[in-house]
Parts: sequence; C-alpha cells; structure tokens
Amino acid sequence: MRRSLLRALVALACVARFADAQVVAITGGTVYPVKGPKIENGTVIISAGKITAVGAGLAAPAGATVIDARGKWVTPGLINANTNLGLVEVGAVAETRDNGVRSANGVSAFFQPWEGLNASSTNIPQARNDGLTTVVTVPTGGMVSGQAAVIDLSGDTPEALVRKAPAAMVANFGHTSARGDLFGKMRELLNDARVYATRRAQYELGNTRSMAASKADLEALQPVLAGTMPLVIDADRRSDIEAALRIAKEYKLKLILSGAAEAWMVADQIAAAKVPVLTGGILNIPRSFATLGQRGDNLALLRKAGVNVIIISDSYASGDGFNAGNVRYEAGNAVSAGLGWDDALRALTQAPAEAYGVGAQVGALAAGMDGNVVVWSGDPFEFSTRAEAVLIKGRRVEGMSRRNELEKRYRTLPPAGYAKP
Amino acid sequence: MRLCVSTLAALAVALPLSAQGTARPSVPDSTRKSATYVAGALSIPNADPFPSTYKARPARNTVIRNVTILTGTGARIDNGSVLLSGGKVMSVGASVNAPPDAEVIDGAGKWLTPGLVDTHSHLGVYPAPGVDANSDGNEATNPNTSQVWAEHSVWPQDPQFPRALAGGLTTMQVLPGSANLFGGRSVVLKNVPGRSVQEMKFPGAKNGLKMACGENPKRVYASRGPSTRMGNVAGYRAAWIAADAYRRRWDKWLADRAGDPPGRDLQLETMAEVLRGNIFVQNHCYRADEMMQMIDIAKEFGYQIRSFHHGVEAYKIADVLAKEGISASIWSDWGGFKMEALDGVRGNLALVHAAGARAIVHSDDATGTQRLNQDAAKGVAAGAALGIQIPPEVAITWITSNPAWAMGLEDKIGALAPGKNADVVLWTGNPFSVYSKADKVWIDGALMFDRGDPRGWWKTDFELGFVPVVMGGSR
Repeated sequence: MRRSLLRALVALACVARFADAQVVAITGGTVYPVKGPKIENGTVIISAGKITAVGAGLAAPAGATVIDARGKWVTPGLINANTNLGLVEVGAVAETRDNGVRSANGVSAFFQPWEGLNASSTNIPQARNDGLTTVVTVPTGGMVSGQAAVIDLSGDTPEALVRKAPAAMVANFGHTSARGDLFGKMRELLNDARVYATRRAQYELGNTRSMAASKADLEALQPVLAGTMPLVIDADRRSDIEAALRIAKEYKLKLILSGAAEAWMVADQIAAAKVPVLTGGILNIPRSFATLGQRGDNLALLRKAGVNVIIISDSYASGDGFNAGNVRYEAGNAVSAGLGWDDALRALTQAPAEAYGVGAQVGALAAGMDGNVVVWSGDPFEFSTRAEAVLIKGRRVEGMSRRNELEKRYRTLPPAGYAKP
Repeated sequence: MRLCVSTLAALAVALPLSAQGTARPSVPDSTRKSATYVAGALSIPNADPFPSTYKARPARNTVIRNVTILTGTGARIDNGSVLLSGGKVMSVGASVNAPPDAEVIDGAGKWLTPGLVDTHSHLGVYPAPGVDANSDGNEATNPNTSQVWAEHSVWPQDPQFPRALAGGLTTMQVLPGSANLFGGRSVVLKNVPGRSVQEMKFPGAKNGLKMACGENPKRVYASRGPSTRMGNVAGYRAAWIAADAYRRRWDKWLADRAGDPPGRDLQLETMAEVLRGNIFVQNHCYRADEMMQMIDIAKEFGYQIRSFHHGVEAYKIADVLAKEGISASIWSDWGGFKMEALDGVRGNLALVHAAGARAIVHSDDATGTQRLNQDAAKGVAAGAALGIQIPPEVAITWITSNPAWAMGLEDKIGALAPGKNADVVLWTGNPFSVYSKADKVWIDGALMFDRGDPRGWWKTDFELGFVPVVMGGSR
C-alpha cells in the first residue's frame, strides 16, 4: 500500500514536471491566505507558476489539473528563515560544510555562501515533503558571518534555487570578547566602511590609513549602511539586544534580531523600532549566562507587544537542514504557549518573506504571487498532520527522500537480497 | 564460550548474596535463562557507598475521575478513574471506590498517563548554564573509565530538572557521556528537589554501565588509541577479559573467605557487577553492523545489553533486537549530523516496534526530555506514513513502561496498575497533540507540579536572582 502511494507520488511529480504551462486548481479546502481571513471551500488557481485567483467556491478552469483539497488545509508554502540547508550536508564532515569562514578579524562580510549551495542535498527533498517551499540559508561564525540568501527548494543548480541573494548580512553578538570591545569593533567596522566608500580611489592607490576589514568586506557592507540590506544580529542577552538596537539607530541600519532569548524584556522598544525578531517556540532553559531569561512564551509576549515575529528552529538540532521542516512544531509549541494561531502561521510565511524582501512574491496566497502552496491533511502545526501536496511555482515537488528510500528498503526484514539471520 | 554463562549461574548460587540482606527474586529475562539475576544485590564489599536517601513527599489520597487513561501497559480506558493512595496506584478502572478523605479531581477532557521515563539524560552532569566549570559528563581521560559514577557529577541545582518535571518527566537515567569505550556508571534519579544527589536516587534501582561504539571513542583517543573501530572492539574485549578474571578472584574469595581479600579495583568492580547481572549495559551505538558486533561481544563474555542508545539504524536489525530482547532507546527524527548518524529515519520507532522489539523514545537533550510525548507523536506520524498504525495506548509505552524496563524498574514504574508507584501525569489533552501540556505531575502520590499554581513551582537555587522567570514561563 505504501509502495503504491509512493509510486503515485513519484508519478505525480513526473507529470508536474511537464505541466508548467498547465493550470492547477486546488479546490474545496479550507484556505489560509495569510493576507486576509481563512476561506472555507476555497479555491487556489495557479497558472504558469503564478497564483491567478484565490476565493470561495471558484470553479476550476477547463483543462486545469485539479487537486481535491476537501477536508484539507491549504496554506502558503512554509518558510524556515534560519537554516543551513544546502550548505551543510553532514555536520561532522568538514568537506560537506560550506556555511562558515574563519577569518582572523571575525569579519567575513564578503562571504556569499549560495554559490556553494548543494542543489543535490539529500535534505532538500525531505524539507519539501515537510511543507517547506522556501528557506533562508544563513552563514555562521565570527562577528560578521556573511550574507544570507532566500532560496526556493526547487532547482538543479544554485542559480535555480536562489530566489534572492544577497538577502541580508548576518552578524553575531555572541560572547567572543568583552562585550564593550565587540560593540566597539562593530562600530569601527561600520565607520571604516563609510570612510572607504568616500575614498575608494585613494584606497586603490594605497593612500588611506589601514581599515578594519578587507576591501571585499568593506564593499559588501555598503548596502547595509545604505539601509537597503537588512542586518541580522544574533543577540540573546537583554543588554546585547539593546546594543544592537542602539547601533542600528546610530547607523540607520535595517535591523533584524535573531535568537533574542531576552527580547521579551524589551519588547516595547523592539516594537517601536519596528525590528523583526527571529526566535523559536520551544527553548526555555537558561543554557548560558546570555540566555538566563529564556522562556517558552517569548514569541507570545513579543507579539502581544506588537513585534513582528518570525518563527525559526533554534532548539534540538538548531537550524539543521536535516530537520528544517520541524519549524512547524516550533510554531505549534509557540501557540501552546500563548501565540495566536494566525500569528504563528504569519510568522512562518508572510513575516519572513517581508523581512527578507520577497513579500511580494511568496508568503501569502493572493493573485500575482508565486504558486508556492501546501495542502495539509490537517492543522500544519500538529504532529499527526502531513503535507499531502507541495507546490513550488505551481509544480508538485513532493516525492521520495533518501530517508524514505531507507524506510522502504527495511520495511520488511531482512531486506531483499540479504540473508535471514 | 556459552560456558561462561553456566559458570556464572553456578557462582551466583554459590555467592552469599542473602548475607547482604538485600537479595530479591530474580528479574525474568528471556535471553539469559541460565543466569540468576539478583536485583540490587550486593555481591561486593561496601557495594552501596552512596545510598539513596530519597523520601517520598506527603501524599494524600487522590482520585482522578472522568479522564482518558493510557495505562502504559497497552490499554486505554475512556472516562476512567484512578485512585492514588499511600504513594501507590491503588486502583484503575471505569470507576474506583474513593475514600471519604480523597481529593477528587475531575479530568473531563484531560488524559492521564504514567509519569514519563527517560533512559538517556545528562541533566545534572551537563547542567545549565553550560559552563566548563560544571561540564562533568565525560571523564575523557582514558578509554575505560568504568570506575567513574555519573552520580558524582550530578548538580542537583541544575535548572533543567524542574523544566523536565513540567513536561511530565518523573524518572530519568543520567549517564556519563560517550567519549569512552566504557564511560562509567549511570544513575537513576527521581525528578525531585534534593540537597544531594542521594536524595534524588531511585531507591533500589540498579546502576547502568555506559558503553560507546563508533566515532566518539575513536575520535577522542585518535592519538593514543583506539583510533579505529577494530581498536574499539579490541578495547572492549581486553577489558572484559580482565574484568572476568577479577570477578572470578572475588567470587572465589566471597565463597571461601580464605585469607586476605583480593585488592579492590573500582574499574573492574563495576565491570564484574555487569558480569554478575547486577548492572545493566546501556550501549551508545548508532550503526546496525556495530550493534551486531556488540551483541556478539556480550555473548562472548556473558553479559546482557539492556538497551542500545541512539540506535539510528535500529530499524535495520529490529528483528534481531526483538529476538535478543534488547530495547532500542532512540530519537524520533535526529540524524544526518555525522557519518554514523547518516541513515537516521523517522520511521525508526515504528519499525522497531512493528518488528516486536521494545521501542523507547530517549532524549539525550535537556529540551527533548521535556517533550518525550511530542517525540513519540512524531514517531507515530512516521509510522502512519509507512502504514504502521500505532494508537496512543501503545505509543505511551515508548515513554513509560518500555524505558522503565530498560532500567529494570518495570515492577515499580511506567504503568498505571495496582501496586505501582503513583508516578502520574494529568495532561490538558491528548499528550500526543502539540497543544497539550502536563497539567499536574505526581511522584509517589505527591503532587510535585501543578501548572495552575506557579508559586508552588520548583525553583532551583541557581535560579534565585539569576533567572527572572520560573521554569522559563510566566508566574
């Protein structure tokens, strides 16, 4: 039974591959467009990869491929805004890690990891099966880690995967030296990047003083200083968050906070600064002196204060591409801790899309947006719920993952071709 | 080599176990019928130098009625009732006779299960905050540190304990880490406040011996050896040979009492207790082929592996685990993070269960141990995708009676049945829903956590002044 189901799924995926120009109609489901209230007996129509209509009881156009979603929940494809998907395959194997640069001064602003994306990652098919259609791949390490990219989980090459790159600069206020020293170095870097921009010619002639970072780094920071590229700062302690807010204000930066264990303590300040916050819905342990105020209802408290929240996986395997789809359970736990259900869905769709500058294309179901859609067997935050149909730009993308292949092989023991014990 | 087992049996009979005053009937074990297990027996001098001083808290007679009960023994009772009295489960059924003084709790809409049990915890030995000064889980100084005891590293003020309690966790096995071939003794703790670890120790529970396969030992000892898997195996065997010689010397002396006793060696003493059946082996092992080798080593030296821990490839040999009577302490979905974890699948729990082996959800993680029910739910969902239907009354055994068995405590905990310890969790709803939480948690009949009474929540010493919220939540 399982085998025939899988075969059907594979067949569907194959059919979809040749059906780009075709029209897809998802009919009869409870549609959660995120922009706007839920629609009972809703239809989502996708043509040439774009959503053309979303509404109650719309008839499927003639010739459309119909996905019957009666009794199902239909949402935008989920977005995990903090993963190493495609950048790390096996965490403990260095040659499969392409998400970090070790630099002497802790600054790798130039680092654009997406050129090294592994489109063949075994984790990508699993993430699609789990209802993720888009992720933000994030570099790590140092004070300035590099640049993040928004990728769709469909494509055979890095170019095909990338939806927007660069999408953000990523920095880290983890405790590597005295806090005041770190903040001072951050300001020195931003100051030098400013100076560099006004003296490029002299710099090329060697007529400037030495700078806090390389030319490539200083160049990479220009859109951050211009306020056109968001700066994601990972900061947990209240005072670190306040420092990030202060520096962002001083330099007129477009800040996004990440981690943010103690953000609830300064929720009003964060809301007033209109700074989005990426955090999870599970952690509640004072696991370091920077996270003594970690609490399970951080998201709920931030939202209550009016903060634009984005849910990420920062517990368990923390952003690990292997289980990137588990971000929906972070949402379920956040709801259990007091976050509104609609807010949680928004925090996995529209909120990250807008924060990373792709809000006009993905993160909601509305005419003109890309056809990234998931049909769920039930509430997407529940363990018992499965993503039954996953569409990226109107194409079905679910199918066998490596893990599914292993399960299939060992469903009956011993597997075919092996001796009985 | 099977000779070894019968020799052991003969010795076990010969040993003056009852002289120690704690001999008890043997625990039945399907895989080692010829050996006599003596639970908690003390077959070496001064074998319990750090005795449990656990005291059950005052418990009142309590009835929870009109509740959905998952007994932990595979049964489900809708609209059932449970009576807790004298720290024990007195009765379970459609209705119970409530003593007049009993506190009666209406469980309408709620679910009742045994207290959750984790076979793989590092609470206390890797406490929060995670600073070097308190990082006491791995004595990574020698491939064999059977002489160390995890309990001597447990910090009872670890703020992770109360958070686990709020997730319904009542009993845990705290293990040393996996740096070594032999990591040392584990300890079973009740999840209660204590000024010392002795106040948390589960009375009468056996120690375990942590063993580890594969990548960790060979990585940690790469420069001095073992640096390969074959080096690992040679290390296990050499150590067991020495331990068996030690055991024979001591057993002979215990039988004869002739002359001076042999010198004591804490390392060999732990291993000899494994050979006598008084300590269970808890074996960290990821890969199927390595687990098969560990099974052969256990047979060679006549000991029992009670549980494989992590076992991301347990599903590949689930039939063998069933036959050998070895449980699998596994995650719902971890994998991929290193070569030996590469083949982790979400169907692991369901496939192990379907093959007739004991499936156990373990955590190895201070966050996961707060949510064993959620990980079990993930395992159930993965099973459904494979056509394996696991109802809640069965899934609950993965986090109650099965882990209790892995610690040899199946006669005391892990089930709501008359005579069992009254370790009980009342859930706000189906425990396998993401939206359900532990509402009340009893240990030995005493209410230890009540979600509705934040002022009564256990707050560790460390949290005073340092941690601005109770258990990571609002007061």
